Amino acid sequence: MTPNSTQQTHQPYEAGYAESASGRVYTVTGGDWEDVLGAGEQDAERIVVNMGPQHPSTHGVLRLVLEIEGETVTETRIVIGYLHTGIEKSCEYRTWTQAVTFLTRADYLAPLYNEAAYCLSVEKLLGITDQIPERATVIRVMVMELQRIASHLVWLATGGMELGATTAMIFGFREREKVLDLLEAITGLRMNHAFIRPGGLAQDLPDGVESAIREFLADMPKRIQEYHRLLTGQPIWKARMVDVNILDAAGCIALGTTGPVLRAAGLPWDLRKTMPYCGYETYEFDVPTALEGDSFARYLVRLEEMGESLRIVEQCLARLRPGPVMVADKKIAWPAQLSIGADGMGNSLAHIRNIMGTSMEALIHHFKLVTEGFRVPAGQVYTQIESPRGELGYHVVSDGGTRPFRVHVRDPSFVNLQAVPALTEGGQVADVIVGVASVDPVLGGVDR
Amino acid sequence: MSGNTHGPGAVDENGGGELVAAGGTAGRQHDAFGAAGSGDTSGFGRLVAPVPVLASSERPFGDADADAVYDALERVFPQLGDAVERAVVDRGELTLYVRREALPALARTLRDDPGLRFELLSSLSGVDYPDDLTGRRLHSVVHLTSMTHRRRLRVEVSVGDDDPTVPSLTGVWPTADWHEREAYDLFGIVYTGHPGLTRIMMPDDWTGHPQRKDYPLGGIPVDYKGATVPPPDERRSYS
Repeated sequence: MTPNSTQQTHQPYEAGYAESASGRVYTVTGGDWEDVLGAGEQDAERIVVNMGPQHPSTHGVLRLVLEIEGETVTETRIVIGYLHTGIEKSCEYRTWTQAVTFLTRADYLAPLYNEAAYCLSVEKLLGITDQIPERATVIRVMVMELQRIASHLVWLATGGMELGATTAMIFGFREREKVLDLLEAITGLRMNHAFIRPGGLAQDLPDGVESAIREFLADMPKRIQEYHRLLTGQPIWKARMVDVNILDAAGCIALGTTGPVLRAAGLPWDLRKTMPYCGYETYEFDVPTALEGDSFARYLVRLEEMGESLRIVEQCLARLRPGPVMVADKKIAWPAQLSIGADGMGNSLAHIRNIMGTSMEALIHHFKLVTEGFRVPAGQVYTQIESPRGELGYHVVSDGGTRPFRVHVRDPSFVNLQAVPALTEGGQVADVIVGVASVDPVLGGVDR
Repeated sequence: MSGNTHGPGAVDENGGGELVAAGGTAGRQHDAFGAAGSGDTSGFGRLVAPVPVLASSERPFGDADADAVYDALERVFPQLGDAVERAVVDRGELTLYVRREALPALARTLRDDPGLRFELLSSLSGVDYPDDLTGRRLHSVVHLTSMTHRRRLRVEVSVGDDDPTVPSLTGVWPTADWHEREAYDLFGIVYTGHPGLTRIMMPDDWTGHPQRKDYPLGGIPVDYKGATVPPPDERRSYS
């Protein structure tokens, strides 16, 4: 028995009880209920529990407050904001190009989607959408689809771990590492790439990466089959997920839930098909759906989406033609040509030789773009793309200056997390774990 | 930030120092040396100063989706003239600037009418325009998606600092719940009828609304290799 669990306390996190307007409130840090409540405390039928930590997000940044009756959840409350870092506000104090470096850190499992959605918005404001080089757009699509696979693999890994399937975790992170190796080779960083920039890309593909991607494409279908063999027919996996946390299409739309959760409820709403961008209408791929609307259906949809992403990456490789990866307008295009030097990545010597010794124009452009940045005509746009978690929208406002006037991120995790009470209330406590996992929230995007 | 821009809107490349109201709320002044508010004397910024104008786009808008939405609204929403202050098409996106009193009825029509069917509230965000021409600095901007017709629509309501109340949309689109809590938390827009309008990002006992333009970013000077780098909002600004 905890020595002080039946003593009155005034410390907020200390075991004990405190009198409040709604009656006696117990704070429990361990032990048996009977010991805590003691004899004669039979009126305590309302139990409020801080759930977790079970999901990686619940280690400090997501708080789940459950009201339970026995094992049944009567109310789920989600408390967020613990990871709010003011990304949107910070963008208002940087140039249009610098803002990419902040926004890529919002949804850290899909940073390239943040970059792409933001850059598409800025390009629409600038009116240069149709001047973006074909090669840049193809590479954008390719890295986005590679990242979709990586993101779904993290979901498989963490979701599996929460249900005790630690092999799923090992397998998921193992393959995700291969995607991160590819993205590191392409962008220089495993995460938070700041690779997609207004006007194009930070740099072109390095030599040899295409063959590495082809190797990955050849290997990955076998891995997806492995996940199916490991999990899809497994009795425990199915017992935890089938007919659990059901949300139908009407519920999804009312709650704003998009992405795999909505498609698992039967509505084939995928912005790559329904409102195409980046030339997605010219790629051949299917939109996997399911009808059940439960956690198992969401698992199947995500697994199939990985296969479809592989198809798109393959088509991207076939389309790659030599050419520029940044818009031709020198008043917008980031001037530096990067290369790896003795002290890491920086401006290439050829570029420095050019601006310092040869071209006055190039020096002016470099200086003005790096210190001041470019101006963006006043106006506002909203761009939505299909991130691994659903509709990722950017509402970007310009006042005609060199800095964003306002950047709002409509993050799919933020909106989808609202659906967790609908998924979990009335169910078992154990199903809350499945419910949160099946939504795949990334708190970096939720809180921004 | 620049002090001479007020609302979003379209611009047009006319010359000669005249005010341009090309279908948007903002025009531009093109003048040899008239780039007021910008420190740019190099010509790199093209010596263009924005001039705010409040005007609707001319009908027909010339954009198939925008015209279809507006035509459908005119058919089924007789109070449209009173409800909508301005309708602007800019960069292919239709924005309805709506009076707040008319918002709930308009929202319901937008969601339910078969010709409109904006089933999904994609996004709701606040924007603070401290120099808004109408004096209503706080804008509550809603982005709607019609899955049936595959169209988008922006509905914007602006309110003043002194009475920052906007009717809540949670009764029409339940997903507005957290969006409105965020706009309340960060901008101080009060959504009447919201079931539990509390802070969502900032701690419950926070004072102030951090994303308003007059709320400082904060930060401290940082020493770097013998020099001192000031906090971001005190560094040199070009716009």
